Amino acid sequence: MAMEEQVKLIGWLRSPFVTRVRIALALKGIQYEFIEDDSENKSQLLLKSNPVHKKVPVLFHNGKIVCESMIIVQYIDETWDTNAPNLMPKDPYDRAIARFWAAFVDDKLALSVWGVLVGQGEKQQKAVEESLANFLLLEDALRASSCSGNAYFGGDEIGFADIALGGLLVTIKAIEKVTNTVLVDPEKTPLLCAWIDRFSQIDLVRGILPDPAKVLERVSHQRAKFTSALAGN
Amino acid sequence: MEGCAQEGQVKLLGVTLSPFVVRVRIAFSLKGIHYELIEEDIQNKSELLLQSNPVHKKIPVLIHNGKPVCESMIIVQYIEEAWGNKAPNLMPKEPYDRAIARFWAAFIDDKLVPCLAEVFTGQGEQQQKAVQELVANFLILEESVRTNPCFSGKLYFGGDEIGFVDIALGGLSAFVKALEKVTNSVLIDEEKMPLLSAWMDRFCEAEGVKEVMPDPVKLLEIICATRVKFAALPAAN
Repeated sequence: MAMEEQVKLIGWLRSPFVTRVRIALALKGIQYEFIEDDSENKSQLLLKSNPVHKKVPVLFHNGKIVCESMIIVQYIDETWDTNAPNLMPKDPYDRAIARFWAAFVDDKLALSVWGVLVGQGEKQQKAVEESLANFLLLEDALRASSCSGNAYFGGDEIGFADIALGGLLVTIKAIEKVTNTVLVDPEKTPLLCAWIDRFSQIDLVRGILPDPAKVLERVSHQRAKFTSALAGN
Repeated sequence: MEGCAQEGQVKLLGVTLSPFVVRVRIAFSLKGIHYELIEEDIQNKSELLLQSNPVHKKIPVLIHNGKPVCESMIIVQYIEEAWGNKAPNLMPKEPYDRAIARFWAAFIDDKLVPCLAEVFTGQGEQQQKAVQELVANFLILEESVRTNPCFSGKLYFGGDEIGFVDIALGGLSAFVKALEKVTNSVLIDEEKMPLLSAWMDRFCEAEGVKEVMPDPVKLLEIICATRVKFAALPAAN
């Protein structure tokens, strides 16, 4: 069993990627020191710890540095493997499916939703359509999962894919508000909406999901920055 | 026995020239796993491919006892876990070393591969810019081989034997070499990147790897033919 002392996490609370790691740490009952950094003025510690990407979150564990949110989540799961719950399934095929959907959230969903935030006119419309299509694919995945009687993507407890998507929820809602779009439609994706409610109500998760007001502020700021840049062209 | 999969039916949908398919074939080859390679026509994708990978509709797809696994490095991890009793181990044992391996495989997929794609499809200035970014990313890898204690002084990213990061990067080798010819540039410069250069030579000659590397002549042919098609398209948004 891994020593629990000397676990530190660098980030800012409103970050969806930091939220993912905080959820994993909370689920496993791991004590850690949270080091609040500043996205507009990144600390030397952050820049030195993650020189390749210069991004949060960064996890420190007994002097070791781990970067990239879902890699950190896997590290947490494998290091504290005797702490329930298991965040990854046991069976290799189920693990591949969990990794597939987590990768989908990062490579497709996050990108299309970002496109809605920073886009305008036709480009934004295209991003909205892509996002809707991506959420429909997640709906399909949930339907397949619920056929096996599962409440979450991977099983009857929250796991890897749930954490990957769950970290983004507050940000997605904020983007919908700021851009006046509907990306998660209860009529088109009822299972997804039920999953969102279920996920957000878990006690541990509720205490960690970022303050929607702060996220909204940040997202508004980002939209203004990107749309004014476009207007300036 | 945990981690022991019945060999059963192992099918790989793909094309031998694709660097992503090469990655998977290397993993199978190193582990000595037999499989049926089903060649796909990318211009006319089979029902089997479209049904097995409805989300991305891309190759490679591994179908093991009827169950599809998609995305090359996810397939490699699956092979490692489903045939866990077959040497060599493609992933390290320790959680931290595994995190490092995953980090660099992700770097290769998220930073290097998009650059390769831009060099592949790009023209003129846009392509030149992509070449510069690609070289910068290779330099970052060179630096990691030089300084990261997990890699420094070892034969491969995986240590004494080929591992996860080697497969992620090495699978792209033939494609990288072909692009050097296409752009008339040096992407992995022996002088600027001595460690990476030596690693690439070592990797490409390794048992289990050289047998599945794409034919460089055929690969160059198809890259050039595809580039002609891209050049003929109207300018993308």
